[in-house]
Amino acid sequence: MDWQFVFSQALTQAIGPTMLVYALGAIGLNLQFGYTGLLNFGQAAFAAMGAYGLALAVASFGLPFWWGIAIGLVAAVVMALLLGIPTLRLRADYLAIVTIAAAEIVRRLARSTVWSETTGGSDGLRGFSEAFFAMKPWGDDGNWSFLFVSMESGRLTVDLGVVNFQYSDRDLWVMVVGWTLVLFFLAVMGLLVHSPWGRVLKGIREDEEAVRSLGKNVFAYKMQALVFGGIIGAFAGFMFALSRANVQPDAFTTDFTFYFYVVLILGGAARLFGPVLGAALFWFLYNLFAQGLNQAIRADVIPPSVLDSTQVGPLVFFLLGLGMVLLLIFRPQGLIGNRKELMLDVR
Amino acid sequence: MRRAVLLLSAAFAGLLLGLGVNSSAVAQSALGVHGTLENQQDEPVAGVSITVAQADGTEVATVESAEDGTWAVPLETGGAYVITLDESTLPDGLLVRNGRPQLEVEVNSDRTVLFPLDTQLAEGVTPEDPDESSSDEDGESAAPGDETSGDEVDEAEDGEALGEIEDEGGATRAVSLLFSGLHFGLMIALAAVGLSMVFGTTGLTNFAHGDLVTFGGVAALLFNLTFGLPVWLAAIAAVVLGAAFGWAQDWGLWKPLRKRGTGLVTMMIISIGVAMLIRYATLFFVGGERQRYTEYVGQEPWDFGWLVITPKDVATGSIALVVCVLVGLALVFTRLGKATRAVADNPSLAESTGIDVNRVIRLVWTIGGALAAMSGVFLSISDGVKFDMGQHLLLLVFAAVVLGGLGTAFGAFVGSMIIGVFVQMSTLVVAPELKYVGALAVLIIIMLTRPQGILGRRERIG
Repeated sequence: MDWQFVFSQALTQAIGPTMLVYALGAIGLNLQFGYTGLLNFGQAAFAAMGAYGLALAVASFGLPFWWGIAIGLVAAVVMALLLGIPTLRLRADYLAIVTIAAAEIVRRLARSTVWSETTGGSDGLRGFSEAFFAMKPWGDDGNWSFLFVSMESGRLTVDLGVVNFQYSDRDLWVMVVGWTLVLFFLAVMGLLVHSPWGRVLKGIREDEEAVRSLGKNVFAYKMQALVFGGIIGAFAGFMFALSRANVQPDAFTTDFTFYFYVVLILGGAARLFGPVLGAALFWFLYNLFAQGLNQAIRADVIPPSVLDSTQVGPLVFFLLGLGMVLLLIFRPQGLIGNRKELMLDVR
Repeated sequence: MRRAVLLLSAAFAGLLLGLGVNSSAVAQSALGVHGTLENQQDEPVAGVSITVAQADGTEVATVESAEDGTWAVPLETGGAYVITLDESTLPDGLLVRNGRPQLEVEVNSDRTVLFPLDTQLAEGVTPEDPDESSSDEDGESAAPGDETSGDEVDEAEDGEALGEIEDEGGATRAVSLLFSGLHFGLMIALAAVGLSMVFGTTGLTNFAHGDLVTFGGVAALLFNLTFGLPVWLAAIAAVVLGAAFGWAQDWGLWKPLRKRGTGLVTMMIISIGVAMLIRYATLFFVGGERQRYTEYVGQEPWDFGWLVITPKDVATGSIALVVCVLVGLALVFTRLGKATRAVADNPSLAESTGIDVNRVIRLVWTIGGALAAMSGVFLSISDGVKFDMGQHLLLLVFAAVVLGGLGTAFGAFVGSMIIGVFVQMSTLVVAPELKYVGALAVLIIIMLTRPQGILGRRERIG
C-alpha cells in the first residue's frame, strides 16, 4: 500500500478547490445557523442559485461572465426573501422544513425535461467557465522551478519529500480566487459579528423575546442574516460550478447541505475559523478513508469478498454519517467551538 | 515515477468527478454504458441490438440484449456517445415509449441508459406507426422510468406509477388518478402518523423517518429474496422488524439523548446523520439498483371501464386504511392512546398526572417504526425497493404533516390524503416529473397562509 500517495492525496484535497466550496458554503451557514440560530437546510439551493444563475446566463443566454455572477447573486437574494418572509416569524423547525423542500423543488425543476433545452435537464450545463479561466494572470505553459516548488506544462508540484501536492493550472486559479474569497468573507464576518449588528444576531439566537423587548426588529435581523448567508452560499455555488466547469442538478441534493453542516459543526459553529478548519479536516478525512480503502483493495490488503471497490463510496459516506452522529453526541462544539453557545432549543 | 504521476492524475480526476456528485456516491470505477430492457410487464426483452457510437459517428460496438434483458458496453474514454436502439430488432408490437430510440449521453462513469419499452407511445409523442397504438393495454401499472426523458435512471418516481394511462377520456383518467392518489395518500399517511406523533411527544422533527420507510422495504426484500418467504409473510416480518427498529432507536439513541438534555436542534441534525447512516448502509448492502419482490410484479389489472386498478393496490390500500382507522380508534379510546395524546399536548402536565412519559414515547417510536415499515413494504410492492425511496417520500410526508398541523395524528392523516390526491391529480395539468414540485410548493404556500395547518392550533407555532 502506498501510504505516501494516500496522505498526499488527502492533504492536496484538504486545501484544494472542493474544500473551498465547502468552506464558503459553511461560512454562510455559520452566519445563519452558528450566529443567528436559523436552521437553513437549503444551503444547497443557494449554491444552486449561484451555479445555475451563472451557467444559465452564460451558456444558455450568451450573457457576459459578470452578468452571470450578478444574476446568480440576485437569484440567491430573491430565494432568501421568498423563503424568509413566510417562515422567519415561525418557530425554527418550520424554516428547516421549508428550506429543505425549497432545495428539492429547485433540484427537481433543474433536472426536469420540460425546459431541458435551456437547463440541460439531468445532464446539466457546461461551457460557461472559459471567461473565468481566461482571466488567469499567468500563461498556460510556464516551466520553472524554485526550491521544492516546480511548474511543469501547466501542473504545479510542491514536493516536500514526505508528501507532495499537485495541482493543475486551472485548479490553481480556482484556488487563488477561492482562498481570496474565503479570506475576504472571513474578514467581513469578523467585522460583522463583533459589531453591534452581530451582537443582536447572537442575542436572537439566545433569546429572541429578550431582543424583541429591547425594541429590535427581530424579523429584519433574521432576514438580513439569511440573505447575507445565502449570498455567501451563492459564491460557494460559483466556485463549485467553475471548479468542475459544469453544473448538474443532482449535485445539489439535501446531502450537499448536510455536508455543509458536517463541515460547520466539525470545525465549530459560531467561531470565525470554524468553517475553514472544518472543511479542511472534512476533506482530509474523507480522502484518507476513500483513498486508503481504494488502495487497500488494489493492494489486496482487503480481499474483494469483504469489500468491493464500488462499495467504498457508500462505506465512506456511512462512516461520515456515523462520525457526525457521534460528534454531535459527544462533542457538539466541534474543534474550536463553545459548547454553551450551541444549546439551541426550538420549543 | 511516470507511472505514479499517471496514476495520481487519473485518481485525481476520478476523485473530482466522484466527490462532486454526492447523490450518486457509488464509487465509479469503470467507464461504460449499460441498461436493462424490459417490457411493461417487467419481463426482460432479449435479442435487441444496441449500437454505441462516438459523437462523430464512429461506431464503438453493437451488442444484443441478453436473456435477462441486460446489455452493457464498456468504454475506454469518457465523452459524448450516441446510443441507438435498433427498433427493427424489437419483438412485435414493442416500441420505445418516449419515441427516442437514439440517445446522446455524456459518459463519465459507468452509467445506465434507459429505453422504456411499451406497446404504444407516450402522450405528446408523435407515433411513428399509428397502428401500434392498440388500446387493449390501457391502464396497466406503468413501468417505472417512463416519466422522465429516459436517458437517466429514474430516481424521482418512487411514488405511484399508476398515473400513466393514455388514450383514455379525461374523466376516466381523472377517476383512476383519484384512486391512485388515495392509495398514495394512504401510504404517506402510514409514514406521516408516526412522524407527527414523534414530533408531538418529543418535539423532534425526525429527518430519518423516511429511511424507516426504506428500512421496511429492504427488510421485506431480505425476507423475500434471501430467505425465500412469500411476500405476505415477508411483509409481516418486515413490519415486526420495523417496530423493533423504532423501539431500538428510541432505546439506544433518542432516550439517552433526552436524558442528557441535548438540544432539539442538535437532535434534529443528529437525525439527518442517522438518515445518512441508514441510507448508505442500505446502498452498501443492497446496491443502487431498483429491486423487486418475487411476487405481484406486473399484475393483471381489474378493468371496470371507468376505473382500472391492480388487485395489489386494492389490497395494500385497504390494509393501510384499516390500520390507520385502528390507530385512530386506539388514540381516542384506549388508555394508552389517551396518554399519548396527553403527552403530545403537554409533556410536563402529563407527567405530573402520573403518565410514564418515556414509556409513551417508546410506544410512539415502536408504532411509528412499524407503520413506516408497512408503508415501505406496500410502496415497494408497487414500485420496487430503492435505497433512496424513503428520502424522496419524506418531503411529501413533511408536506402532509405540516398541512395537517404538526404534532396531530388526525391532521397528519387528512394532510396525507390531500397531498396524495393532489400529487396524482396534478399530473392532469403538469408534467408527471413535476408532480412532487407542486406538492412542495403547496407546503410553502401553507406556511404563508395557515402555518398551524388544518387541524393544528395556533399556539403550537409561536
